[in-house]
Amino acid sequence: MSSIEFRKDLFADERDDNLNEIGKPKLRQDIEGHVRGRTAYYDDHLFDGLLHMRCVRSPHHHARVRSIDSAGAERMAGVRRVVRASDVPHNINTLLSLIGFGRDDEQLIADRKVAYKGEPVLAIIAETEAQARAACAAVRVDWEVLPHVLDVEEALTPGAPVVNEEYPNNCFDYAPYDHVKLRFGDVEAGFAQADRIVEATYEMSPIEQAPIETCGAIAAPETSGRYVCHTGTQALFFSLGTTAKLLDMPSSKLHFIGGTVGGGFGGKVDSLTEPMAVLGAVLTGKPVKFQWDREEEMQVGAPRGAERWIIKDGVMADGRIVARQFTGFFDAGAYTRLSSYAGTKGTGHLPGPYSIPNVASNVFCVYTNRTPATAMRGFGITGVDFAIECHMDRVAEAVGADPIHLRILNAYRDGDMKAHRRRAKNCALVECCQVAAGKAGWRVSPEDMAASSKTGTTADRQAIPETALDEDGRIGDRKAGRMPSARPAKGTKRLPAGTHGRDHKAVPVQRPDMQQLAERVGHRVAPERDAAPAASPTVPARAPDTPTPATAPSRPTAAPPATSSPPAEARPAAAPPQPMPQLQPAQPKPYEPDTPFRQGVRRPGVSRFLSGSRRR
Amino acid sequence: MAIHPGRGFACINYPIGMNLGGDPAQALVHATPDGKFMVTLSAIDLGQGMKSVTRQIAAEALGVPLEDVHVDTADSDTGPHDMGSFASRGTHRVGNAVIRAASEARAQMMDAASEELEVSATDLDTDGQGNIHVKGAPSRTITVAETAIAAQFKQGKTLSGRGIFLIEPSGVDPDTGEMSPVTTYAHAALVIDLTVDDETGEVEVTEINSAYEVGRALNPKLVEQQLIGGAWMGVSHALYETTEPYYPDRAHGPEDFNSYLMPGPGEIVPHNIAVLERPAEDAPYGGKGPGEMCANPVLPAIANAVYNAVGVRVDKLPITPEKILRGIEANGGAKPQGRPGA
Repeated sequence: MSSIEFRKDLFADERDDNLNEIGKPKLRQDIEGHVRGRTAYYDDHLFDGLLHMRCVRSPHHHARVRSIDSAGAERMAGVRRVVRASDVPHNINTLLSLIGFGRDDEQLIADRKVAYKGEPVLAIIAETEAQARAACAAVRVDWEVLPHVLDVEEALTPGAPVVNEEYPNNCFDYAPYDHVKLRFGDVEAGFAQADRIVEATYEMSPIEQAPIETCGAIAAPETSGRYVCHTGTQALFFSLGTTAKLLDMPSSKLHFIGGTVGGGFGGKVDSLTEPMAVLGAVLTGKPVKFQWDREEEMQVGAPRGAERWIIKDGVMADGRIVARQFTGFFDAGAYTRLSSYAGTKGTGHLPGPYSIPNVASNVFCVYTNRTPATAMRGFGITGVDFAIECHMDRVAEAVGADPIHLRILNAYRDGDMKAHRRRAKNCALVECCQVAAGKAGWRVSPEDMAASSKTGTTADRQAIPETALDEDGRIGDRKAGRMPSARPAKGTKRLPAGTHGRDHKAVPVQRPDMQQLAERVGHRVAPERDAAPAASPTVPARAPDTPTPATAPSRPTAAPPATSSPPAEARPAAAPPQPMPQLQPAQPKPYEPDTPFRQGVRRPGVSRFLSGSRRR
Repeated sequence: MAIHPGRGFACINYPIGMNLGGDPAQALVHATPDGKFMVTLSAIDLGQGMKSVTRQIAAEALGVPLEDVHVDTADSDTGPHDMGSFASRGTHRVGNAVIRAASEARAQMMDAASEELEVSATDLDTDGQGNIHVKGAPSRTITVAETAIAAQFKQGKTLSGRGIFLIEPSGVDPDTGEMSPVTTYAHAALVIDLTVDDETGEVEVTEINSAYEVGRALNPKLVEQQLIGGAWMGVSHALYETTEPYYPDRAHGPEDFNSYLMPGPGEIVPHNIAVLERPAEDAPYGGKGPGEMCANPVLPAIANAVYNAVGVRVDKLPITPEKILRGIEANGGAKPQGRPGA
């Protein structure tokens, strides 16, 4: 049996535990529909005359399309429409173009070349799913098979086949470099100072998100030239915006409905099924369903991508880690999707929840002919956490330390400087270690049990060290054979100690009335410890901050004033009471329905369990 | 040939919200004529309880009972923009947007009540049961329903609010990697107990003891379901799952739940959880969102426990019986490492 306890004794002074609704085990709003099987998902929105769309997919990892013969398929029973790449109005996209990150690199339906097994080259719309499947099987494609690459480090060698023509170096461009750099202190100096060096390589296979409900969408023409789309997306406006872009259609013509999803776990962000279904509805003028079957969900739909991490630690005999170096590879598969974002998110996570004075990493987002990867629970973090925490045990063994002692010894504390040059706050790693050890009966020393996330920081731990920088790995260098190693290079110049930009926080409320009253916040909001920096120009969206030497190196992070701390009384005082108007409207009664609300379909001859949205 | 017990540890932190910010969420709140409140969103409920947690946040921020709030989400014609349900951003971003919208609606509600009761709005408070009263004078009271009716039909005012929450977008310095990744982190640590059969290479996870720090358990039951389910997913990820079992050969990839290995109900591990709550300053009631991070520590803790049991480090996921047996063979037999923390 499992059990759960709430340790209200810990951090009790930072919370108000006497709130009305928060912290209460209230029943979910939608639970009745779920347990009675009456909740409507996208696939419950069936329409009269619904057509079904299926894809012809590549059986090869990498191939050129010489020609497609669909003449036989077009004459088959029930086939309404063959959809070609040329039917897609704006047939090129990248998912994160909606936030201006990366270049368009993927077609909805490939026209000349496929770069992964399962990539669609044609779609067929038919009256039944079986007819659409049969017609797809009758399509003849003349393939010219190309050499492929399935390993990240192989893909970065000069002679590797080009997977994705938009990124001919087989890796995403983090201009001006072909990887994301993290440099904090000088790892080479740290290694030289260390008693032991511990190095290992870790890997993660792709896995499937495995939701019960597969990805899909049903689209239908609405009145006034609009299209409704019922979808299982995890991101309604991502899918709507992506559809509008690929179909070159004003977003006002699209009406997306979703919000109740049969499991996502990250696999329903890619927005591939919605544009297909809406395109089908546009081309036929009829309702069209485009839904992956389980095989497509598992072998064509984007998995959590493969990752490879090389970690090299320099550690002192007492277990203090003094230098940590990462070389990381996110395998994007054939197209970018969200993997470019994993590169920066993963880098921001390094070196894990530990205070290490010298950190360096090179993180790559690499294209291979594997299935394009996407988000999954823990995206950008799960693989590197696996690597870091396996490595912590290796380090513990190397110095003969207890694994939990090693973590508490190196754990980040409130006020410590992190490798991305921001101060740690609101830490709780030490307490989690202590509580988990206690529950399992894992004996921890009294010193470690007395440790706290709130104490333990020092001036050294708060400081930003002088940092070794290099300019290795500019875009194209690797392809040209000028970069033998993917690892962080030795520094060629020095950045002064204390150099940092400014922190970024929540944008303040638009109007004072939107600010929650201080007495209703429900937890402690500490005053900021540091004054605003002397000069911190506003940085445009997504533009890298240029580090500037701090004016006071001994107090490294200079944070702007709190934007989240509510003023004591933000709401303007109420207007004085107005005199009652002479003519008052009759006091209306609250709304009451004529008959009490009842659930279920209660018509003769109709199953009570038939969803009301099945319009037949 | 023997079955060896093994014990492993791991701890992690997890970033809350999209890396580098720039991922807004909006919310709208309005009162019905008789003082019930509708919250309109575009957030997605994946089963994690998005509708329920935003409903509780709205009720708390408005100061009305949960039953008087309904969340309607994800109709692009009515719901304002939200980036989506991913990156552990739902509770933090949407919850904050709901607080802002509810706070504006509450301010209007208190103004309308102040007009009815002829006292300053700053002297009024809600009791969370559907009443508004004068602070220190509980008999001078008006119901939320009466307030809404008066506002709409007598005063000609709406009780509504708009909210948006955005962490200012930022970038990465290409030379140092300096960035403002997120504003808060959740934490976890856990101990895995398992056994390894040195004849078959089979691993059986027997117990998990964990501590998860989630900022605030906004709904303890929703937190529990996330942590139990997420840890199960971690076990599955560590020991069973791959879409490419013969990589680099891509043949024989699983195509359904018969061939895609996942633990069934028989393999659900007894899991003893402690929940810690250190509220994040900029989070709704301090809540951070436990959904993603709960699986992460399980993977390395299992790998560490397998090493503890038989002396084999499997550094490539998944940890299959084949990899364990090859490791035992290479080591010339199982090499138990002794119980840690004894």
